Amino acid sequence: MTFLRSIFARREAGILVMIVIFCLAVGLHKPQFLTGQSLRIILLLTPLIMIGAMAQMLVLVARHVDLSIGSMLGFSAMVVGLMYRELPDIYWLVGFPVAVLTGAALGLGNGLLVTIFKLPSIIVTLGTLSLYRGLTFIISDARQINRSVIPTELKAMSRTSPIFEIPWIILIAFGIALMTYVVARHTQLGRQIYALGSNPDAAPLRGIDVTKVTLIVFVLAGALSGLAGILYASRWGFVNPSNTGAGFEFQVIAAVVIGGVSINGGVGTVMGTVLGVLLLGCVAAALPLLGIPGSTQNAIYGAVILIALLIDRSVRQRGLASMSRA
Amino acid sequence: MLKKPLIAATAALTLSAGASVAEDIEIVFVGKNTGNPYFDSLTQGFVDACEVIACNFEFVAPATAEATSQIPFLEAQIQRGVDVIAISPNSPDALNQVFQSASDAGIIVLTVNGDITGNEQYRDATILPTDFTKVGADQIEMVGSLIGYEGEIAILSATTEAPDQNFWIEGMNETIANDPKYANMTLVATVYGDDQPEKSTTEMEALLSNFPNLKGVIAPTTVGIAAAAQVVQSRGIADQVKVTGLGLPSEMREFIKDGTVEGFQLWSPYNEGWLASHFAVGLKNGTMTNEVGATFEVPNLGTITINEGNSINTQSALTTFNADNIDDFDF
Repeated sequence: MTFLRSIFARREAGILVMIVIFCLAVGLHKPQFLTGQSLRIILLLTPLIMIGAMAQMLVLVARHVDLSIGSMLGFSAMVVGLMYRELPDIYWLVGFPVAVLTGAALGLGNGLLVTIFKLPSIIVTLGTLSLYRGLTFIISDARQINRSVIPTELKAMSRTSPIFEIPWIILIAFGIALMTYVVARHTQLGRQIYALGSNPDAAPLRGIDVTKVTLIVFVLAGALSGLAGILYASRWGFVNPSNTGAGFEFQVIAAVVIGGVSINGGVGTVMGTVLGVLLLGCVAAALPLLGIPGSTQNAIYGAVILIALLIDRSVRQRGLASMSRA
Repeated sequence: MLKKPLIAATAALTLSAGASVAEDIEIVFVGKNTGNPYFDSLTQGFVDACEVIACNFEFVAPATAEATSQIPFLEAQIQRGVDVIAISPNSPDALNQVFQSASDAGIIVLTVNGDITGNEQYRDATILPTDFTKVGADQIEMVGSLIGYEGEIAILSATTEAPDQNFWIEGMNETIANDPKYANMTLVATVYGDDQPEKSTTEMEALLSNFPNLKGVIAPTTVGIAAAAQVVQSRGIADQVKVTGLGLPSEMREFIKDGTVEGFQLWSPYNEGWLASHFAVGLKNGTMTNEVGATFEVPNLGTITINEGNSINTQSALTTFNADNIDDFDF
């Protein structure tokens, strides 16, 4: 029983039940929603958000927030796109370290501003949200990187892989989730991130180097955003200075919060976050299938987020909230 | 930062070069928004034209395509004292006042690639890509030819309020309802991907799930057609579902090459820029007149006529792109 509880702390069970009920309800009207094809559609909708959500989860657990991850995604994708355009002979996989390092550098910028100037991360990253987006315009001369520039091998990663033909980007996203799980649960760094978020004042007394842990968290968020950036180029085949990653931070925060990560820090699990991402993926795939017009979809999408949070809140208020920590 | 000394240097050169250069017509083109590949091509038409005829060209655009976002750019250009403002308007009526002040300052105002329908008195002329009344019928013929004029088709459009797309979709509906040639084709759905790749993809997937017998999809928007093609490519169903619509050759080349898409259509945004700059210079130096029924010659484009409402079509019909000609176009 303890074992079961540790796997499915109630929060996760609650989201899982919501996903199942939602999918069955949609399937009642549209049986084709409960097919393998549908699963593929949903999973292909989620990899970027999944990776971004892992980044945001770590930041939130440390009692910070990163509003700039969409801009870091866009900037990293643009750097990689420009590289492919200017150096057409470069080996395509080089794009991955370039994207991750670019994102990490931007994340370091956030981390330094937060730690050196002791500024609230919401203010810092609100600034860099615009700053990094503006830099994306400057380095690209406000021009889109077109499909013909993105290497064919990179685009193919969004279509298939040798592993049961599951597209690489899905495997990478779940791989990142697994790695985040290991870091959060089984490393000293993970424990320090939770301790820092639970009680920032007490953290130094427990021997935690607050500056170092904070920097690492923001650098990780940047690196993961950079990874999501190159995967954006893979998935959509272009990089646009204004669209790429725009609004991404809000999708990610919604998924993470549905997944039970507290914006007050110290609380959140990888499993919950994964389920939060999947729930949003199910909703995004189901709405057009149900023939709901685009203008209404946004409203419903927002309502689903609120309903999910309210259901969760009412469940927890019945005294089931004792197991909040990962 | 590097640009300023360059501009200063150019200005100095201009002064020393004397009268002939000083007479160059100053043209500015205000795009809908930056980062839009469609306008890269249109702008290139202006740039190339101003290398061969007497004009100086500048492109400016706001970051987002909102109704009022172009106003500060227009005001700045009026202050600068340009000769001609060409603009792809983001709104049919929000710009009236600022257009009026431009006219008062003696600036020629040309709407390019889209008009301010209902407020035509605020601009001198409009340069449109093609005859928009024929686009709907041409697109139905295109999809018909791909599916053997039989079976279910659907439309994947941009936003629900996009005026051009809605006008073409109206044409598609009329054509399919009235022309007996298309009697065996049924339009089963019109959906909107908001010109976002994610949204266009989920809408396309939903079309395929909801209409298993679907034979063809028309996406009269560059983002939509690329997203639709990607879904068909990913599912490997190019034999069963034919995707066509309006797309950019640079974005669609891959799908034409691998057989995902057999053919699609568009006009030449490049030629719009080329035509607009020739017309602007002609009006300013008096070799062309802006009167309905007047004609003028534009190199590479032939004889151009000014139609009712001072409206000019860059080409008379859509260009069809397929495996035979896709490599001839670089926009």
